[in-house]
Formats: sequence, structure tokens, C-alpha cells
Amino acid sequence: MANTSHGIGGLAYDPKKRTRPPELNVLAALVLIIVAFEVLGQLVVGDSFLFNTRDNVDTLFNEQRLQIIILQVAIVGIIALGVTQVIITGGIDLSSGSIVGITAMVTMSFAQVAIVNGNPNPKAIFGDAWMDLPVIVPVLIGLACGLFAGLVNGALIAYTRIPPFIATLGMMVAARGCAKWWSKGNPISFPTESYAAIGKGMWPVVIFVVLAVLFHLIMTQTKYGKHCYAIGSNEQAARMSGINVTGHKVLVYTIAGALAALAAIVLSSKNLTAQAGMGVMYELDAIAMAVIGGVSLQGGRGSIIGTCLGALIFGVIISGFTFLKLDAYYQEMVKGVIIVGAVVLDQWRQTKRGRG
Amino acid sequence: MADNILETPILETRGLTKHYGGVHALTNADFALQRGEHVAIMGDNGAGKSTFVRQITGVEKPTEGQIIFDGIEHTFQNPIEAREAGIETVFQTLALADDLDVPSNLFLGREKIRFNLGPFSILDKKAMRDAALAALVKTGVKIPNLMNTIRNMSGGQRQCVAIARTAAFKSKLVIMDEPTAALGVQETAQVENIIRTLKAAGEPLILISHNMRQVFDLVDRIVVFRRGRIVANLRKQDTSGEDVVAYITGAKTGAEYQGAA
Repeated sequence: MANTSHGIGGLAYDPKKRTRPPELNVLAALVLIIVAFEVLGQLVVGDSFLFNTRDNVDTLFNEQRLQIIILQVAIVGIIALGVTQVIITGGIDLSSGSIVGITAMVTMSFAQVAIVNGNPNPKAIFGDAWMDLPVIVPVLIGLACGLFAGLVNGALIAYTRIPPFIATLGMMVAARGCAKWWSKGNPISFPTESYAAIGKGMWPVVIFVVLAVLFHLIMTQTKYGKHCYAIGSNEQAARMSGINVTGHKVLVYTIAGALAALAAIVLSSKNLTAQAGMGVMYELDAIAMAVIGGVSLQGGRGSIIGTCLGALIFGVIISGFTFLKLDAYYQEMVKGVIIVGAVVLDQWRQTKRGRG
Repeated sequence: MADNILETPILETRGLTKHYGGVHALTNADFALQRGEHVAIMGDNGAGKSTFVRQITGVEKPTEGQIIFDGIEHTFQNPIEAREAGIETVFQTLALADDLDVPSNLFLGREKIRFNLGPFSILDKKAMRDAALAALVKTGVKIPNLMNTIRNMSGGQRQCVAIARTAAFKSKLVIMDEPTAALGVQETAQVENIIRTLKAAGEPLILISHNMRQVFDLVDRIVVFRRGRIVANLRKQDTSGEDVVAYITGAKTGAEYQGAA
């Protein structure tokens, strides 16, 4: 920055002069990717990606495709909301996928019906006394499960000061082990009707959107959000300023654990079953959504809006590749390129701004 | 009563001592700062200046001795307690969060709250913005745009934000640890102007500096540390740069401190 900026400009609060929010770049990328699929669609398969080309329904957009895009990312999106907060504080959470696994198993065990088609439930985990419980019971038990796992993560990181990567890697392996041990590897199925309603239809999207709005407000309007950014930005300064860094970290990881548990509840309800392998790789998808959305792995920068846009980019790419009838292999290759590309772009932008 | 309180020093230390194992980093420091007075602490590296400041700002706990601040004896457990008592410190390493804007940095850890919900309390952004503006006006700091993150600001602007932070709260004593060490000429001038503004406002200040010109320009009194002890207490008009250097290097020791070092 030039020296001439001293003493000139005065004291101003000018919202128009604020630096351009990085979310705009992510939005531009999203639009660009949609346009690319639209063009490729016309050229390769002769169909429109975005617009409705069938005459039987009278809508402008291909609503079915749009619904599938959002539905596909809603569940991992819920995890990404928690992961975003963790990354903004300068940490990382590798355990969310495994927390989904163990939570789905535990929750489903308390959501089973006693009688399936006139026969006793073949997948029953507990006795009859634990069957046909009101939906609130499995939900609360599931949330408690995620809260506990997150609390252990947070306590390990905040009190023993081991790197978040190691603490959550340990939790990732251990929680997956718990999930496999829980029913000795057997899937758990046949939930009650009320439990199955949670993930029915577009409910996962509704839950995701409500949570996204809630956490957007929390991150932008509350002390909690401000402290997340402060700790990720300069942890020592945060400590010297009197912020309870230890307590805050425990809280952040606990919230991330609870969100992973919520995702597990929605997912197991949607699938009507729970398996020990549920949620494998979800942690990386969630991290990727955040990173694509402009959340900096160095901490201090990023937003819930960015992560939501990142999640949409994710969904559009998956749906676009299916639309172009390309194999799933290509999806993963391109996803990898986009993740690395997003980080490179972010760093390039930072250094450019820092020098300019 | 009121007169009495005004006559007592704002800060007084008696026999302040700090040992790190066998290392005597600070021995028997008797120091007093009057209300409205600006004092410089000088000395070579390792002379005990920073150790002294760490004791009175609660960063460390002294091995022995008393700290009397504003007429009350304190044993600060941490920097936050010292700050709550009214001692604001501008540290050598800036305690700022790069990704936050100016008001957020000024109120870091002491946010104004519109609605109390524990950790999820709703911030009163407008009140913080207004108070930040007032603090910047009070210190004469000029920042092009308050709402930008401080990452892109120059070293001088960042230092000014750190100093303005002390003005945003009703501090009773400001301590600056080499506030211009990393700054250019123009930026140094800006920080020195802020210090003059504080003097005019009657705010007491302890300035740690190696810059002789700056010290003679800004303060009323110079206290020299050498090998963990105070070796001189000089009024600016009674001394000279050469004199101070002699005390710092050990060529001279103040009459009242003879035998101490």
C-alpha cells in the first residue's frame, strides 16, 4: 500500500468502499460451471441442462434436476456447515464421516419397529421394550452421540493442544470402529414411520437451508462468530484479548459433532437403514465444499454463504456429469482438480492483494 | 479525599523482583509514575525492561514485591485482569486479528452486546462502530476505511489501530513496548503524534524505546535499567543523551542507586 494513504481519506465508514466479498467469485464460478454444462449439453447430448425441454410440464427450469442437485448435497452440506466453523477457527475435522457412521447405527437402533409385516423385526438390536419409541428418543440419542464425539475432539484439541488433524484422525478411526462393533457389522433397518418421515422427500433440503440460515446469522451477528474469525486469524492475539480460546474450541468442535449427527439422522431416515460404512469420505466432501466456497484452510476467512455455494458447485458437477452420461470416474477426477484449483486461486488472490 | 487520591502515584512498584530459576531478571525495582506523567524506560537488551513490563501487565507473576495501581495493591493473575483494572498495553508483537475490521479489533474480547445469549450473544455492531470512530478521533488516528480488514493496512496504520484500542476503553495507564520499532519515518511521526495527544489529554504513559531522539521529544522522565536493576531516574531537563547512554552502558550509576548494581 502506498505511503500516500497516510492522513488522507480520513475516518470513513463507507459500505460501498468495502472490499468485494470473495463469495462473489464463488458465485461467478458456479454460474460459469452451469453455463459450461448448458453449452456442453447442447453440443454433446442435444439437451438443456438447466431448462425444461419436455412439454408435459409447464415450467421454465428443469425442476427435477434442480431438486436432485440440492437433495444430493443437502446431507453432506449439513456436515459442511460445522466443518466451515472448525476451519475458520484454524482447525480441521476429519472425524465427521465416522461420526455419521456411529450416530446412524446408534440412532437407528432406537428407531426400529417391533413388527415387520406381521413378523418380529429381523434386524432388531434391542428387545421389544426399546422398539416403537417416539421419534424424539432416537433423535435426542443421536444428537447426544454426535455432541459427545465432538466434545471429545474439542477437549483433546483445546486441553492437550495436539494438532486438530491428529485428534480428529484418531476420532475418525475410533468412531468407525465403534460403528462396526455396534452391531457386529450387520445393517440396522426398519425404522418407525415417524422416524422415516425426517428424511422423506425434500425434508433434507429444508433442514439444510434452515441450519444454513441459522449458522449464517450466528457467524455474522454473534460473539461466537466473531471469536471464530479472531482465533483463526491470530490465536495468540485472541488469547491476549481475553477471549476464552480453550472453551471456544471445545464449543466449535462440539457443534461440528452435533451437525454431523444431524446429518446421520437425516441420512439414515432417508435410506431407511444404517450401516457401519455410512458416511465414509463425507468428511472430505464437506471439507471440499468449504474450500471450494472460499473458506481458507489457514483460518480466519470464509463464510457459511461461501460453503453453501461450494456445496451447490459440488452438486452441479455431480449432476452435470450424469447429465452428460459420463462415468463417475471423471466426476472424481474433476472434483479433485476443482478442490486444488480453489485453494490455488485463493492463495494467489491473497498474495496479490497483500502486495498490491 | 479526592485530592488525596490525585496526589498518589497512578502506579507504584516496591521491591519488584523476578527470578527465572537462578537468573535474576529483575531485582528490587522501586518505581513510581505520577498521574499525567509520561515516562520512558530505557536500557540495553536484557536489562530487565520487558521483564518489568511483564510483571505490571500481568503477563507474568513477580517473585517478590508489590504493585500498587491507582491506590490499590494488585496481584494480577493474567493480562486480562490488568486490563480490567485499567492498564492497557500495546505489545511489541501486535495483538491484532488480521481478518477482522477495525471496530472488531478494537473490541476484540470486549464486544458490545445488544442481546445477551451467552456465547451466542448478538453483537451491537453500530455501537462498536461509533465507539471505534470516537476512539480514533480521540487519538487522531486516520484510517481510510474502518470496515476493511486490517490485513491490507500498512504497519503504521496497524500500530495506530493497536494504540487506538487503548483509547476505546477508559484506561488509566497506557504502556507501549517499542511502538515504532518496525515503522518507517512517516509512520513513526504519526505514532508520536498520538503519544502527544495522550499527553495533552493527561493520560499517563510508560514508553519503552531505544530511540533517544524520540524519548527526549516525548517524555518527562527517563528511567534506566541495567542488569535487572534500576540505575537512574532522570528528569528530561536535567540530563542529556550522552548522560543517558553512560547510564545504559554502565559508565555511570545514579547516586541514589550506588551499590545496587
